[in-house]
Formats: sequence, C-alpha cells, structure tokens
Amino acid sequence: MKFPLFPDQASTIAKPIDQLYFALTGLSALMVMLIFLTITFFLFKYRRGKRVNRGPAHIPQTAIEVTWIVIPLLLMMGVFAWGAHVYFQQQRPPQGAMEINVVGKQWMWKVQHPEGNREINELHVPVGRIVQLILASQDVIHSFYLPAFRTKMDVVPGRYTSEWFQATKIGSYHLFCAEFCGTKHSEMVGRVIVMDPVDYENWLSAGQPASTMAQEGERIFSELGCSGCHVGNSVVRAPPLEGLYGKPVPLQNGQIVKADEGYIRDSILLPNNQITAGYQPLMPTYQGHINEEQLLQLIAYIKSLGPRNPEVRR
Amino acid sequence: MNTLVDSPAILDESPLKTAEPPNYLQEGGSTLKSWLLTTDHKRIGILYLYSIIFFFLIAAVAAALMRMELITPPGDMVSSEMYNRLFTIHGVLMVWFFLIPSIPATLGNFVIPMMIGARDVSFPKLNLLSWYLFIAGGLFALGAILFGGVDTGWTFYTPFSSAYSNTHVVAMATGVFIAGFGSILTGLNFIVTIHKMRCPGLTWFRLPLFIWSLYATSIILVLATPVLAITLALMALERIWGLGIFDPKLGGDPVLFQHLFWFYSHPAVYIMILPGMAVVSETITCFSRKQIFGYHFVAFASVAIAILGFVAWGHHMFVSSQSIYAGMVFSMTSFLVSVPSAVKVFNWTMTLHRGSITFHTPMLYALGFIGLFTVGGLTGLFVATLPVDVHLTDTYFVVAHFHYIMVGGMVTAFMGGLHYWWPKISGRMYPEKLGQLAALVMYIGFNLTFFPQFIMGYLGMPRRYHAYPEEFQIYHVLSSAGASILGAAYLLPFIYLLWSLKHGKKAPANPWQATGLEWQTPSPPPQHNFRNTPVVDRGPYDYSPEKSEEEVIYGQ
Repeated sequence: MKFPLFPDQASTIAKPIDQLYFALTGLSALMVMLIFLTITFFLFKYRRGKRVNRGPAHIPQTAIEVTWIVIPLLLMMGVFAWGAHVYFQQQRPPQGAMEINVVGKQWMWKVQHPEGNREINELHVPVGRIVQLILASQDVIHSFYLPAFRTKMDVVPGRYTSEWFQATKIGSYHLFCAEFCGTKHSEMVGRVIVMDPVDYENWLSAGQPASTMAQEGERIFSELGCSGCHVGNSVVRAPPLEGLYGKPVPLQNGQIVKADEGYIRDSILLPNNQITAGYQPLMPTYQGHINEEQLLQLIAYIKSLGPRNPEVRR
Repeated sequence: MNTLVDSPAILDESPLKTAEPPNYLQEGGSTLKSWLLTTDHKRIGILYLYSIIFFFLIAAVAAALMRMELITPPGDMVSSEMYNRLFTIHGVLMVWFFLIPSIPATLGNFVIPMMIGARDVSFPKLNLLSWYLFIAGGLFALGAILFGGVDTGWTFYTPFSSAYSNTHVVAMATGVFIAGFGSILTGLNFIVTIHKMRCPGLTWFRLPLFIWSLYATSIILVLATPVLAITLALMALERIWGLGIFDPKLGGDPVLFQHLFWFYSHPAVYIMILPGMAVVSETITCFSRKQIFGYHFVAFASVAIAILGFVAWGHHMFVSSQSIYAGMVFSMTSFLVSVPSAVKVFNWTMTLHRGSITFHTPMLYALGFIGLFTVGGLTGLFVATLPVDVHLTDTYFVVAHFHYIMVGGMVTAFMGGLHYWWPKISGRMYPEKLGQLAALVMYIGFNLTFFPQFIMGYLGMPRRYHAYPEEFQIYHVLSSAGASILGAAYLLPFIYLLWSLKHGKKAPANPWQATGLEWQTPSPPPQHNFRNTPVVDRGPYDYSPEKSEEEVIYGQ
C-alpha cells in the first residue's frame, strides 16, 4: 500500500499555495505544542496531593489577556493578507491564455478545444502554456478539481465560471468532480494530461475534426436564423456582432456592460434582460433551442468575428 | 441474611431517607403519561436525552457502514445510491437531531434553571412543545429514511435537491423545518429564563460561564434558524410547484441557496460548539478547584463568537463563483472569529495554573476537548485562508476539520457534561475507572479516525466519494480502524451509565464539591429544584485550591 504525504506539484500556483500550507502547518504545530506542553506541565505540577504553592498568583491579568488577543489577531491578519495575495494570483488569469471549454453533466466532463477536438473525462494541455477553462454545467452544480494544480472551481448551471492554470510538469493527473452531484458523483472523474507543446500540436492535428468550434458555431448561427437580423444590412434591427467580444456595450437603461462570455450567453437565452441602447426588444429567447455545448460553439463563433470593416463601425 | 453486614449502612441512611422529600423522578409519578405531559425542565431534558441518543445511534450506524465501505477503493459493499443515502442520513441526523439539541436541550434544559436558582424555565409548556416539535420533525426524517432515503447530503444544494434528486427531499426538509421551530422556541425560552428568572443576588457577572455560553447559543438559535426554515421552504416550493427561486432553468439562482443555507448553517456551527465550551468552563474550574482565569474575557468571547459567526458564512463558498472581493471579506471575518475561540483556550489553560487538579472523567473529557478543539480550530485557519481553501474545500480535509470541532469538541464536551451532571440527573454515581478508560479510548480512537483525513484531504481526496483511487487507501484504512475504536469508546459509557441507573452508588448532593447552585440541592433534585430560593452573594467559581487539598472530592 502506498503512503503518499503530499500531492504532485504540477502548476505554477501549486508552490505558493504549498508554502502557505507549510507555514500554517508550522504555526499550528507550534501552537499545539505550546498549549499541550503548558497544560501537561500544569497537570503534572498542580495535581492534587503534590506539595506545591497554590496561593494566589498575582498575575497582571488584563495585560496577559490583551497580549493573547492582540498577538493572535496580528498573526491572523498577516496570514489573511498573505492568503489574499496568493488568491489574486490564483483567481486572475494572466494575459494570453488559451481557452478550452468544459461542460459538466451528470456524470461526465465534456471538453472541447477551440480547434474543434472533443474529449470526455480527459483534458489534454501543453506544458508551460497558460490555459483558461470556460466551465458550464448542463444540469446541477459540479466542481472541476485538479489537485495536482491546486485549483478548483464550481461549475454552476446558468452561468459561466472559469479557472486557469499553467502546468509545469509533463504527466497525467487526477481530475475530480468535487461538488456532490448525484448518484455517480464519485465516477465523474478523469485525467488531465500535460504534454510537451509539440506533442500537444500533434495530438490536436491527429484528432482534428472537420470543423473548429467557431465553424460549428457559424453553422448554428445560420441554422437558428441569427444571421437574419445580425448580419449585413439588417443590422438596423439588431446590433452587429463583429468585434463585439470584449467591448463595452451601452444598454438602454444607461448601464455599460462588458461583452464577455456571460453577457453573450445571457443575450441569447434572456435577450430582454439587457437591451442594447438604440434597439427594440425584438429578439426571441433561445432557451431550450440550444444546449450548453452549442452555446459555447456559438460564442466561439461570435468571438472569432473580428471587426468586419473599420469604416462601417459606428 | 445480609442484615448484619448491611446494618451500618441502613442505620446511616434511614434517618436521611425518611427526612428526604420525593425527588423529581418520584414526584408526579412514573407513568408514561406523567413523562409525556411533564412540564418539568428536568424531565424534558431527559426526554431529549433519550431522543437524541436514539438519533445518534442511527446516524452512527450510517457512519459505520460508510467507514466499512471505504476500507477498499472500489465501491463494493453498498451501491452508490445507498452510500449517498448513508452520508445524508448521517449528516442530517447528527446535525439537526443530535448535535444542535445535544447540550442545549438536554444538559441545558436540565441545569440552566437550577444554575440560576429558578424553579423552572420561564415557559414550561412551551418547553414541552419544543420537544414535541423536535419529535415530530424527527418522525418526518425517519419516515423519509424508511421510505427510501434522501441523497442530497445534509446541505440540500440546489438545483440538485429541487429539480434532480429522485428521493424524499421534501419529507426530509419538512422534518428539519419542524424541528427548527423546536430550536427557536428553546432558544427563546432560555433567553427569557436567563433574563427574568435569576435568583436574588445573581447578577450577570455572577452567572456561571455555562449560562453565558448558552445565552449566546440561544441568540443564534432564535436569529439564524428562521432563515433555515425560509430556505428549506423555498427549496420545497420549487421542488413541488416549480416556483423558480434557485433553478436557473426557471430563472433562479443556485448560488442564492448557498448564501441562505450558510447564513444559517455557519452560525449553526457555533450552536454546535458554544455549548461545548460552556461545559468545559464548568468542569475545568471544578476539577482544578480554581476560579476561572479571565471570567469577563471568556464570557464576552462567547458573545463575540455569536456575533462574528453571523458574518462569516461566505467562507463556505470560496469556489462557488461568488465575487473574489466577497471571498476576501469572508476570509477576514473568519480569521476574526478565531480570536475569541483562541482566547477561551488560553484562559482554560491558565485556569489550571496553581490549581488542585484531579482527573475525574469529566476533567479528562474537558482536557480532551481542549486538545481536539485546538486542532479543529487551527485547521480552521487553513480553510479560512483563501487559496488554500480553494484546494481543500470539498475534500476530506474539511471533513476532518469539522469533525474535530463537532465530534472532538461538542461530543466530547457532551460526554464530559453528561458524566459531570450524571449524579444530579440520576442520583447515582457512574463507575469512575470505566469512565476514565472510555475517555482515554475515545481520545485515541478519535485521532486515529480523523487525523489521517487531514493528510488525504491535502492529497486531494474529495468528500462524498463512494469509490476512490488506490493511493488514498492507507488513510481510509487507518480512519476506519480508528472509527471502530471510537465506536467502542462511545458504546462503553452507554452501557455503564444504564447499569449505574440501578447499580451505581447513591450520589450525594454535591459529589464534586462544586460551587454551582445546582449542587446545593439534593441529587436528584426535588421537582421545584430548591426548597428555599437561594440567594447569591459571590461569583460563580468560588474555589480555593489550597483548602481543596483537604476537601473530600468524590472517589479521592
């Protein structure tokens, strides 16, 4: 039987988190020893029947109390600040991440790379590249957990969540669903396979399907009739989508929102929630007409639309 | 035949016996009806005691089956459907039908009025109603279990619970909902009792720390439990009538459920530890014959924990997709809660200084509490630290952490309190040597069960897994071995306490030479606790370690 003590350290964030963990372990061990030794000493020294001075001790009580309130408080705030610092690194993806889409459903992980490659319960990534996962759930809450990367994010139906990592070690690591999701929760597991970038390219092209995600999205775009309003001269009725992704969008109610994946998702499923300034609420909802995977493909397509013609832009 | 041998004892006791008025167990009769319609806080405490032990046994069997299943990596002993039901039964029953009522509703009910020199709680009939609500809730929960169980876990996360689970979610939630009203009424009763029923001279700062802690607990019960009721009701409405609150398919927000649930359930963690601290403050002073060190600090630490406990709920949701800034706020408040808890541990430790220490069973449990609670509290810092929690949340690290608090802390304290007040409750002494043995075995079994879970949690072993990869096996085997020892340690007191009801030595009024008012009346006490209302003219822990060296403390 194996006797592992620490998990693999296979991402850039694993080391700073482990350092925090070891610091906390050291601090805790110190506190436990301090309390344990003091108590043991008192129990031994002041046990009943032992001849020892039990008279009043005249300890400066308030000073002691203030000391053991203030010192732990400062220590706690120190750990908090350290933790918050690492947390920001962990939560905010650096620039230039490659995106991979993941859909969780009872009880499997469906992955699609932008190039169109699909996999189930496996995730192939190149070592050293910053990877950002766009996570969606088709049913209940799941959680995408990669212990060797020290990262985890809930996959919540009705919204996109994301997590990022930069793998540092070639190998194959556990992928777990960490949020209880029903009968076969413990079977919703898989592997993340970290490859040499060249091997990754080979793997991608070996399994390359006929169309990329954006191309699949384009097909859905015309099948669902989106092009009727959002393309060409008809943009008078509906806002144009070219160059939309990542831009601020002024809304009818005066708000300005950023056109990220969540915004595009909501605009397709709940179009009347956020009306673009200058347009009528004409768009029907596509809720029920499109599944999570298709939605991600559609978004990939919209993201791929660069500015069509700079002069036409308003 | 034995008259000659027994005669000195009889001579000794008989004058007392004739002088002794009937106690609460004799007064009012011993018929079933006299128990089911009693309004005596002591009898209601005992009704609770039997009920929670019943629920504890069912929940413990569920735990035992889970630990057996987890000895080997594949899910081979029970099906995954069964496994999911087992941890739901374990969680729901242990949290709502054992831990939350454990110390407050049993020991609290029994001793609070006596500790403050009162004849009963403020609303005795309401007190009985609380127990009936608790039982009614328990019947719903048992019904849900008997008719096929529930597989949502005790957390009932939506939309799984409201739209996907095919089990008896509504019946189980109804059980918790109804029992919750029992909690609210108990809390209300205690608050009013502590405010209005204190005997002459018993000012706030002469109150035993047990009362301060239970007062803080009661505030949480009254303020937090309604939120749980609302949350479960909304979840049930969504499940039954498709009212869209939490399910995104109906326009709801599943994370909203988590906010509401933890707004109750995080303070509820303090419902499950403050009463444990309450017991320890009583026993550690009694068995070291010392005034508590830093009375005001320990008293206000309870209040601080109750207040800060209300603003820390979001630390259960660091990976739920809540804003990272919200995460930072909740991380900070969680660190703040740890300070008053640490203050208590330091003060208990200093209380031992220059004491006159004996190692009676309640003291061993109190010392065990301090050790296990300290580990539980310190590992709480790990999961309050944002990036570390991202890795640890929903793993066995969290399972180990909260078991150190709730079992290592609360159950240990409950056992300590039960032994401490057993002479008062039953009028009999428990066998001391067996008690000490059980306390030691419990400590060993507990650590062997739960310490390996910290390591496997950091390795990445997710919780609520029916089957798991092989590399975690060694820790599961250790944990299951520990659980069997722990089970024995809990079974032993169950047996000898029952035995002592008939065969234990008669308890004197104050076997521990303790200072609390509950010890200034016979064991067991008369129905109305005191023949004359006591008058208090001093602080709660008027012990003298020097004089105690000559006092006779039971069994020493």
